[in-house]
Amino acid sequence: MAVRLVFLGKLADLAGADERDVAGPLDWDGLLTAVGPQLAAQVQGDKVKLALDGALVADKTTLAAPDGSEIALLPPVSGG
Amino acid sequence: MALHVHLLDKPFNPGALLGPFTNAHPGYGGLASFIGAVRADDDVRALELLHYEKMTRPGMEALAEEAAHRFELLGLLVMHRYGVMEPGEPIVMVAACAHHRRGAIAAVDYCMDHLKSDSWFWKREQRADGWHWIEPRDQDHSDLARWNS
Repeated sequence: MAVRLVFLGKLADLAGADERDVAGPLDWDGLLTAVGPQLAAQVQGDKVKLALDGALVADKTTLAAPDGSEIALLPPVSGG
Repeated sequence: MALHVHLLDKPFNPGALLGPFTNAHPGYGGLASFIGAVRADDDVRALELLHYEKMTRPGMEALAEEAAHRFELLGLLVMHRYGVMEPGEPIVMVAACAHHRRGAIAAVDYCMDHLKSDSWFWKREQRADGWHWIEPRDQDHSDLARWNS
């Protein structure tokens, strides 16, 4: 089993892919390690939010993603 | 009360939707609509909107329900494109039907402010030198903040 990382917006450019599977389960430190230093710096910033299986994570540092779950990395939005 | 929320990957014709939406609400007092399109200026050649299926559609549905309740609407239509669009193509359409004009106009304004800077979309523009991600402007944030006062 694995945890799926989904990169949205400009984070997909930085990751070089829209999504990637990494070994699970995954916590905050595990996520930062899994995405590498460049993306980790972005993810640690206030502007990037995280969602676990479609639900926004209120405190990113408490992330606890079980095997088979999906973490979305969400940069600032812009629609319309 | 009917809510119609659609997330589309193909062009749509806003004019063709307005007639049926109006006809579906006999006895309404006011109807307002807004259509947003890819501007044909600057050197923007194309615009791409990305979405996240797990959150974008549920977020739009929650927004529509909130607007319908807040402004006591009879009906609300929200259309939003994703994918690559060229100048002139509609991106978004919101139409609201209410007993009175203020509710209809305010509901459209409210939905547009939230679709612009509080919905799960990511926008980039293709110019002569490549693609550029667009982040909300300060104006977008202050437009959104109006509804919390």
